[in-house]
Order: sequence, then structure tokens, then C-alpha cells
Amino acid sequence: MAEIADNFFGLFNYWVVIVLMMIGFYTVISHDNLVKKLIGLNLFQTAVFVFYISMGKIAGSTAPILMHGPGSEDVLYAHPLPHVLILTAIVVGVSTTALGLALVVRINEAYGSIEEDDVLAADFETQEAESETEAQRKARADARHAEAEADEEYDDGSEDPRSPEQRAADNEDKEPRS
Amino acid sequence: MIEQFFAQMPALVIVLPLLAAPMCVLLHRAALAWFVYLITAWACFGLAFLLFVQVKIGGPISYAMGGWPPPFGIELVLDSFNTVVLLLVTGIGAICSLYAKASVAAEIARERAYLFYAAMLLCLCGLAGITVTGDAFNLFVFLEISSLSSYGLIAMGAKRRALLSAFQYLIMGTIGGTFMLIGIGFLYMMTGSLNMADIAERLPAVADTRTVEAGLAFIVVGASLKFALFPLHVWLPNAYTYAPSSVSAFIAATATKVAVYALMRFLFTVFGAAYAFDELPLGEVLMVLAVVAMLSGSMAAIFQTDLKRLLAWSSIAQIGYIVMGFALASSAGITASVTHMVNHGIIKGALFMAAGALFWRLRTISLNDIAGLGKHMPWTSAAFVLAGLSLIGVPATGGFISKWVLLEAVIEPGHYWLAVAILVSSLMALIYIGRVVESLYFRERTEGQAVPGEAPPIMLVATWTLVLANIAIGVHATPLVGAAERAATALLGGGA
Repeated sequence: MAEIADNFFGLFNYWVVIVLMMIGFYTVISHDNLVKKLIGLNLFQTAVFVFYISMGKIAGSTAPILMHGPGSEDVLYAHPLPHVLILTAIVVGVSTTALGLALVVRINEAYGSIEEDDVLAADFETQEAESETEAQRKARADARHAEAEADEEYDDGSEDPRSPEQRAADNEDKEPRS
Repeated sequence: MIEQFFAQMPALVIVLPLLAAPMCVLLHRAALAWFVYLITAWACFGLAFLLFVQVKIGGPISYAMGGWPPPFGIELVLDSFNTVVLLLVTGIGAICSLYAKASVAAEIARERAYLFYAAMLLCLCGLAGITVTGDAFNLFVFLEISSLSSYGLIAMGAKRRALLSAFQYLIMGTIGGTFMLIGIGFLYMMTGSLNMADIAERLPAVADTRTVEAGLAFIVVGASLKFALFPLHVWLPNAYTYAPSSVSAFIAATATKVAVYALMRFLFTVFGAAYAFDELPLGEVLMVLAVVAMLSGSMAAIFQTDLKRLLAWSSIAQIGYIVMGFALASSAGITASVTHMVNHGIIKGALFMAAGALFWRLRTISLNDIAGLGKHMPWTSAAFVLAGLSLIGVPATGGFISKWVLLEAVIEPGHYWLAVAILVSSLMALIYIGRVVESLYFRERTEGQAVPGEAPPIMLVATWTLVLANIAIGVHATPLVGAAERAATALLGGGA
């Protein structure tokens, strides 16, 4: 029992890292709101920062600063390198968040919403509209082609065996000319 | 003096674009900023070429950043592998700088163009940095520099959909980058070093721990997110489709390749092929994913109606070829990977540039809108066809060389089903490129569709430079394949 407790408290920081990371990750995946997604991303990154910082800590050590002048005594101090590394990673995280927020502002300006579903729905609508106009244009073009073809075909004076309605229907069915 | 200069070249290739980027912002005028970008990109290309020659003659270069000797300081390492990648990145960057001016003038508001050029330079700096660095944490920082600038660049696309694409890329890219950071953290925890060569030396003693295995897993997944390996590719089609043309061309040609480079560097130099591929079943996993990427990417490309989206899906398929090569973990496989990295960079660069030239004229890029343009934009269309043939792998083009080398590498250990997958995927490439060619040449422009003239000459020059480079490789493949073979030897630890 004591061993389990030791294990748990000895690795407390790492448990926190895992929990934080999963909360962040879950938020990124599950939330629709773009700002919440960014917050999740931040949590996720923060977990990694905690992980690095915990790594540099040595039990019973002090901060890595000069204690009483050079060479006065040996002091056990925490490893400063991971801390410095994470300073860089924090800068990266801050710039990512800044850029992400800037994008959210632009998205809000362009779509009037920061819910991913709304934005995607708006995109889908524009896409639909675009493909519809395209389809209409294509249909018009095809109809013209078909007309031209039909005219050519029966130019020799022979009678078109189809009724006018049939002809129109056939023309509509015709595959796009390629 | 000149020796001093030569000694500082590895650092200059990063420092130049990094310093030029704020200069672009300070100059503020679009034309001046473009000029700075042009000069810097070509200077970097020149440096990369000199470095390539220097490594070829004199062997690997190690450069101690700031005079701190490795493993304490950051070390820049140049060997036969990364000089090839560096040459590709800076080369595409240089050609893009020619291409960018006309395309940016058409697609990006004049008062923001200088920011565009600054971001392009930062992206170039990040990609070059990933390539030359010999320090694991430094690699992460450069990865984020290049990614952050590319998020910004993609968001500059003309359509509002570019914004959400950039945002999605930002989320996925940051998760990928953070995964790599965790992986590097695990390695650092176990070895106490960040220098790649130093980690590699200390790793065997602790290799059989869960921590190192987890580190490997995080790095593989993180890097795969960055280069859009099959299940992690969702961000790519939108990002490439809605980005401004010159950004699509630059990023499609370089960013994914550099991420693949980073993964290969970790797998072969840091972990070692024996650990990653013999002790852990990484090769099999990557191979299956590569096959799925090849087939599903090509399949999806067939059904696209937007030219840029079609090319983006084809990029996902082509990443499959590259991954399959190094997943074999053989010398021939890595040679194939490196060859295809370069070839695909050049091909996709040319294809996206041709697509950008069509877009420059038409403001749209759907297959119906480009119908019948073979007559009206002959040079652009011809460039597209030639680069497309190379993508399929027709003889006398670069694509043929890489498929040939890859097939050899696959058949040698008897993986015939992989060879079949490669051929099927190539046939599918024939279909989707064929659809574009059909639209360009065998359809008429319907009434009501504008009849445009040819794209501006400078865009054509840039596109054709890549097309001709590609054909040159196809006709005389020895230099590229030779360089790729040297790269494979360097990676597998058999000298430089």
C-alpha cells in the first residue's frame, strides 16, 4: 500500500501532466467553439511545459542560482536546461495562441460566427451555390451543343423520327460533350 | 576573408532569411520587400549549392553555433543527406521568389504584400533550419517557425474558406509539433542530451525502456501529422486548396518533404535503423499506412473538380511513395525515398505553379472553368501536361526515375504486393491527370466563358524552369540518384 502511495505521490507531477494533457486534447477534439479549441490546445501545451519543468527538478535541490559567491560550497540545484528550453516552448505557445486568436477574429468577421459547425455549414452553402451555378451553366452549354448537333444531324432534309418533346428529353439526358 | 565566409555558410543559410524577414517589414513597400525576398532566396540557394559541393568533396561539416562546442552548444550538421534536402528547399524557394511577384499582386492586397514576403522568408528560414540543425530541440523550434509562418500564409488566401483551413491546420500542426516536443523530452530524460549524434551514442544503453519507446512513438506520430501521412492528412487538402498560389507551390513542394526529412533523421540517425525497424515493427506499420495513403489519396484525387484540391490529394498519395521507400529501411529504399522527395518537390512545384498561372487569368480553378485552355494558354497547359506526365511516371521524366528506383527497392526483398500497389496508384495518377488534360485540350470553351491570354512571362519562366529541371533529371538521372545513394549511406551510418 505504502509503495503504491509512494508511486503515486512520487510521480504526482507526471499524473498531473497526463490528466492535463488529456483534458486539453479532449477539449480540442470535442468542442465546436474555436476559442475553446484554442484553450484546449493551450492546456495541452501547458501539460508539456509542466512535464519538462518536472524533469529538471532534483529532490531536495534549490533554484539554480549562485548562492554565496563562486566556489564557496557545493549546492544541489535543479537542472536549469529544461527550464530554459521550456521558456522557448512557451514563446512558441504564445505565438501559436496569438495567431490562432487572430484567425478566430478574422473568421468571426467573415462568417459572423466562431462555431465550427456554423462556419462549415456556411461553407457548404457557398459550395452548393457554386456547384449549382456551375451545373446550370453546364446544362445550358450542353443544351446548346445538343441543339447544334441535332440541327446538323437532320440537315439533310430527312424527317426527325422523334417528336419534339422526345427530342427535348433526349437532349437533356445527353452526356456532357467531351 | 573568403575562408571566413565559407566557414560561416551553414549559419548564413538560416541567418540570412531570418534577418531579411524583418527588413521586409521595415521596408514596407511591396516592390522593395519583393526585391529583398528575391535576393535572399537566391542567396540561400547559392549557399546551399556551395554547401552541397563542399560536402560532396570534403565530407560532412559540423558547425558550432556561437562557438559553443557540441554537445553543449547547438550544432549544425551538414552531410550528404541534408544538403540534398537543403538544395531542394532553397531551390524551390528561389524559383518561387520569381513566381511570387505577379501572383501576389493579383491575389493579395497591395498594402499587405510586404507581410506576405516576410512570412515567406520566415518559412524558408524555418525549413532550412530544420534541415541543417543537429540539435533535437532546435529542430522543434525551427519546425514551429516554419509552421507558424505557413499558417499565416495560408490564411492570406483570397477566399474566406482559407481562414478556417488555416485554423484547422494550426490546430493539427500544433498538436503534431507538441507531440514531437514530448518525444524529444522523453529522449532528453533518458540520455541527458539534445545533440542528435550525442543522443544516438547514449541511446543503446537505455533503449529497452518504455520511455524511449514512447518517445519514438510520439516523434513518429508528431512528424506524420506534419507531413500528412494517411490518417493524419485531414488538414492538407483544404490548406493547399485555399492558400495563395505561390504559397501552395512553395509549401506543397517543400514543407512535407522537410517533415519527412526530420522523421528520417530521427529514425536513422538518432534511434538507428536496427532499433526502429528490427526491434519495433515500425516498418510494417508505415508500409501499410503508405499503401493506404497511395491508394486512397489517388482515388480521392480522381473525384475532385477543383484543380488545386486534386493536386493536394495527389500530394497525400505521393507522400505514400516517399514513406514506403524509407519504411523498407534498406539502402535502396532510402535512395528511392530521397530521389522521390526531390522529384516530387519539383513536380508538385511545377504543377501548382501552372495551376496558379491558370488561376491568375481565370480567378477560378475548377476543371470546368479551365476547359479548352490548351489553345489559349499553350505554355501553361504544356507545362502542366509535362509535369503531369512526370507525376504519372512516364519515361524520360523525373517521376519515372523515382518510380523505377522505388520499384527496384520494393522488389529486391520480394514485396511484390507493394509493387502492385505502386503500379495501381500510378494508373490512378494517369486517370486524374488525364481528366485535367482532357479538360484543357479536348473540350471547347463554351460561350460566356472568358477567353484569356497567356499568363505573365515571369510566371511561365518559373514554371518552365521546374519542368525543364524535371526533364533534365529524367534524361540524366545519375547526379540525383548518386546523391540519393550517398544520402542513404550517410543515413545508414556507412560514412558520409
